[in-house]
Amino acid sequence: MEYDLKMSIQGLDFFYGDFKALHQLSLDFCENRVTALIGPSGCGKSTLLRCLNRMNDLIPYSRVKGKIFLDDEDIYDPSVDVVTLRRRVGMVFQKPNPFPKTIFDNVAYGLRVNGFKDRSMIQERVESSLHQAALWDEVKDRLYESALDLSGGQQQRLCIARAMAVEPEVLLMDEPASALDPIATQKIEELINELKKNYTIIIVTHNMQQAARVSDVTAFFYLGKMVEVGDTERIFTRPALKQTSDYITGRFG
Amino acid sequence: MTKENSIKRGRKITQTVVFGLFKICALINGIALLIIVWFLVANGWRAINWTFLTQAPTDSMTKGGILPCIIGTLAISLGAMVVALPVGVASAVYLNEYARQGKMVRFIRLGINNLAGVPSVIFGLFGLAFFVVWLDFGVSILSGALTLAAMTLPVIIGASEEALRNVPDTYREASLGLGATKWQTIYRVVLPAGLPGILTGAILGISRAAGETAPIMFTAAVFYSPSLPTSLFDEIMALPYHIYVLATAGTEIEATRHLQYGTALVLISLVLGLNLVAIIYRTHLRRRR
Repeated sequence: MEYDLKMSIQGLDFFYGDFKALHQLSLDFCENRVTALIGPSGCGKSTLLRCLNRMNDLIPYSRVKGKIFLDDEDIYDPSVDVVTLRRRVGMVFQKPNPFPKTIFDNVAYGLRVNGFKDRSMIQERVESSLHQAALWDEVKDRLYESALDLSGGQQQRLCIARAMAVEPEVLLMDEPASALDPIATQKIEELINELKKNYTIIIVTHNMQQAARVSDVTAFFYLGKMVEVGDTERIFTRPALKQTSDYITGRFG
Repeated sequence: MTKENSIKRGRKITQTVVFGLFKICALINGIALLIIVWFLVANGWRAINWTFLTQAPTDSMTKGGILPCIIGTLAISLGAMVVALPVGVASAVYLNEYARQGKMVRFIRLGINNLAGVPSVIFGLFGLAFFVVWLDFGVSILSGALTLAAMTLPVIIGASEEALRNVPDTYREASLGLGATKWQTIYRVVLPAGLPGILTGAILGISRAAGETAPIMFTAAVFYSPSLPTSLFDEIMALPYHIYVLATAGTEIEATRHLQYGTALVLISLVLGLNLVAIIYRTHLRRRR
């Protein structure tokens, strides 16, 4: 089965000041696929993820070289509006970070800042997003209570619902389950499986089993370089390089 | 074994003594406030009655009430708040959210910190020269409020910056990640999250300013005013200045002692009341999250 190309990194270098964090990366992401970025801490996988929605713009003295295409457009081209880009490329963070607002307002936030005014439409979209994030049944009676009263796992699903409410095309997930217990983690993983029907998903994870369970493609990074990329099944059963097999079997990293 | 025990005992004694000292230091603060309040209540409560709170002074300020002073102090305090809060918060937002941290910002911060250390009488003289004379606002509510605002600004900026710094970056990232602009992020997420801290700082700053004498004695307050103010350009009587006048410049200093204590009691009640409002409002905002 062939999948359409959604995002494509071409010859990407990234610098924090003088420190080169990413070296000549090239990697493609396809629609309806989950791509896992794995590698030891500090290997640059989170940095790469944050290049994809230009979250790294916020870091002073950081610099990017190379191109990243979303569809046919280079997202680092000066003509690109970064605000629009971030609406199209949504992000879920490592630690659940709901706003100190009600559950409803959290999900509606992205719609409101993007200029949606129609109340019934916002209502509808909030409900469908919470459904998609498999959270609706748990919160439908307490939509107007503070999001901070939810459990960690619920908060993270709320953050996913919040990200999906603005209907992004790509969903970036930065270790979305690392702060959660096993049951909440399982829910998030089931959710990812469900979501890939509609989205391009790119997930950073430290958890090998998780990468094996949820992803279709796995890319292994080490010291800012991409060591190996391929179908998840192959990477985990027949890695081409010794470095990769050492890492996934837990011999280093 | 015994040596070990004696070391253990020694450490325990040190700990008890040090914590005891810390406790005493902490208690001194609370006790000082209690003593001041008790002293004022003991000496001033006889002066407080309905007439005192609702009438103007009479008989060369040896009798009657202090209503004009209460109104005057409220007017310049509120006026200062109206000016200083938006300017202070805007400055803090600029410094903390927008400005590139560099020489310029360090220079501005240096200025703000130094402003906070300027004695209040200097603000009074500045107000006199700038607002009263140069801008020709005269001795008035406007001049006094602006002078107090200038004096309170560093406090409000400091408190606001602190409050904004305490807003987790994850909120900013979440908002920007959803396609919000920087301004939307600040307006809809960062400021509401920092509001309790900002308001607390602002009210503390203002209640402090409300009790100041030096900044208003050249810019807003007069010895005696026969009528209540009706416009921003009217001069006023004010609680702290009234105390100062009765205690130092009156003809009947001893005879008006109870009035001085009474006025001081009203002033400190006003200040503590303002602080109480700040605390209640902050708790309310925190609970709403």
